[in-house]
Amino acid sequence: MIHIQHKDQFGAKLGMWLFLFTELMLFGGLFLLYAIYLRRYPAEFSVGGAQLNWKLGTLNTVILLTSSLLAAMSLTAIQRGASKLAQRLIGGTLLCAAGFMTVKYLEWSSKIGHGIYPGSEHIKTLPAGESLFFSLYYLSTGIHGLHVLIGAGLLGWICTKISGGSVSASDYGLLENGALYWHLVDLIWIFIFPLYYLML
Amino acid sequence: MTSPATTDSSFWNDTGKSGLSSWILSTDHKRIGLLYFYSTLGFFLVGVVLGVLLRLELIAPGRTIMGAETYNALFTVHGVTMIFLFILPGFPGGFGNLVMPIQIGARDVAFPRLNLLSWWLYMGGAVTVLLSLFTGGGPPDTGWTFYVPFSARTGTNVTLALLGVFIIGFSAILTGMNFITTIHRLRAEGMTWGRLPLFTWSLYATAWVQILATPILAITLVLVMAERTLGTGLFDPSRGGDPLMYQHLFWIYSHPAVYIMILPAMGVISDIIPVFSRKPIFGYKMIAFSSLAIAAAGSLVWGHHMFTSGMSDTAVLVFSFLTFIVAIPSAIKVFNWVATLYKGSISLEAPMLFALSFILLFSIGGLSGLILGAAATDIHVHDTHFVVGHFHYVMFGGTGFAFFAAMHYWLPKFYGRRYAEKPAIWGWSLMFIGFNIMYFTMQLLGMKGMPRRYYDYLPEFARLNLVATVGSWILVAGLLIVLINLFRGLRSGARFEGNPWGGATLEWSIPTPPPTENFIEEPLVTHGPYDFTAACNGINRCDIIKD
Repeated sequence: MIHIQHKDQFGAKLGMWLFLFTELMLFGGLFLLYAIYLRRYPAEFSVGGAQLNWKLGTLNTVILLTSSLLAAMSLTAIQRGASKLAQRLIGGTLLCAAGFMTVKYLEWSSKIGHGIYPGSEHIKTLPAGESLFFSLYYLSTGIHGLHVLIGAGLLGWICTKISGGSVSASDYGLLENGALYWHLVDLIWIFIFPLYYLML
Repeated sequence: MTSPATTDSSFWNDTGKSGLSSWILSTDHKRIGLLYFYSTLGFFLVGVVLGVLLRLELIAPGRTIMGAETYNALFTVHGVTMIFLFILPGFPGGFGNLVMPIQIGARDVAFPRLNLLSWWLYMGGAVTVLLSLFTGGGPPDTGWTFYVPFSARTGTNVTLALLGVFIIGFSAILTGMNFITTIHRLRAEGMTWGRLPLFTWSLYATAWVQILATPILAITLVLVMAERTLGTGLFDPSRGGDPLMYQHLFWIYSHPAVYIMILPAMGVISDIIPVFSRKPIFGYKMIAFSSLAIAAAGSLVWGHHMFTSGMSDTAVLVFSFLTFIVAIPSAIKVFNWVATLYKGSISLEAPMLFALSFILLFSIGGLSGLILGAAATDIHVHDTHFVVGHFHYVMFGGTGFAFFAAMHYWLPKFYGRRYAEKPAIWGWSLMFIGFNIMYFTMQLLGMKGMPRRYYDYLPEFARLNLVATVGSWILVAGLLIVLINLFRGLRSGARFEGNPWGGATLEWSIPTPPPTENFIEEPLVTHGPYDFTAACNGINRCDIIKD
């Protein structure tokens, strides 16, 4: 009989990194379309971009960066054996996630209130490039928002694992991977924010 | 299932769970491998039936057994089934799972539960695709490429089919992640990168393509679904979108995807040829390197599917040039296989016959690919039966025949029983003859200008179409003989013990069928995968059994 192998933390992290590559490629498709259509419709894109609320965008950027900091701190906490603190810090991350989604909801509902959403009567009257801009905006922020929800669910689940004791100072690989995923969600937003809210 | 020749410690007697749940909830890579194998093989047979029906419709001009709309749905479902349900998951999921962990001396893959999840996702995706055939507006009629604007507008059930393919893509990503991590982390002591069997090398290259290319398909499918359900208009010219962007995104995935299909097949061939030539592989390093080179260069050639789509001439030239670059690592493999055969002690058993026919069929397919890759000739044969013939030479003559080679080479190892040699050779001969009659004729038809994807054609194409259809019957007859003989043999054939083929890779050093734990003792690898002399001097049995 082969002795049962110890948990391969390095392998688990390698797997997570590979998965993060796939996420980059997924969003890469959207960024590619953004680049091509921006080149084709620069004027329409800047009209569209001007209609986005950069203040709310900035607020969400701050919220997400804070959440990432809290996730990183929670990892340090668990490495030092402070399980309770780690849980509270994850709680903070989850609050940030909720805050982010709330702001996103406000942004979207105000846009939708103005009749700006894919397939609306109003958007059909806009110039072609502008409707493309908003389609890309909804798809990018929507799929990103979905990742925020998935990441928050993941961290919440890991939080229960900490209470159960299966994630602890001696075995924190799961939290490390959860935090890695959360940083990815953050990273994608770091690209979405300037592209849609600032540079147009 | 079947009743293999088991011993107490064999993985067939895995304890703990019983009946169906001991399979569909098992995390043993061998059981998951067999789950994958039988599910993909099942879909392969569905695809074969559809293919035969398509050929039957084309036996004579005009409507023969079905009308235009049925024909459209049928070739779409044939393509989607064969590509997404059989050939993409078939090799990595089936033989990759069965053999790769053993080849590197590991007990299992790095993430066994994730491995089971990827099979479940695959089945979930497959069921979703099947559901799309019988619900909503009926089976999709877009072709497996789902080109916009038609796929965004047709009333058939494209959205559900896309969702199914999306889920299957997720499963492929998980398999890729799992295999890369496994190969990096779980190699046994002494299993250096230079001693990795070439099948494992090819899976490693494949896994990278799965990881990096599949997400692009995922986002593209999501965009088409959004186009259909939300009206995002990203590919709709009337809204400023560009259908060409869909083609780019689709082929950024789907061209590398054909290397997901062919690379593991080349890996199997690289493992089989030296064993049945009783001679170490020629150019091990170059074959391993060329797998990576194909994976890398193959990711940069997608534009050759779009020469007539209205790209700029510069883009056409660049993509044409890059396409020719991919031919180099492919040719390196072919030359190395042939050089391995040279002065070898060749044993023409079933796995070897399939492997040798692979070399020929893949070469014909590859060379006809260059006719398509050259912009000038492509414009003449674009969207004709030449493309269909080319694709089937590479995918069926290549990957399909390699899949059959792998079945005859490895399945006896896992069942402890073997097939009868003579019927296997008869079946193989019929397959090989029927295959060439059918697909070579298709290439001729294409040269003469018969377009693809039409249920009808001009009367001057009638004779060759008749020939091709007769070829399809011969092919299927051979296929049936081979499969019946193989599975009858695995159930009740002669015992298969030890190392009858005389292989030097690790899977031949363990008991037959393999124990649940794979290795009785942790293996220490002291020689390369094709070092037959060292393998015989070591602990392995190398008695070559002849019938």
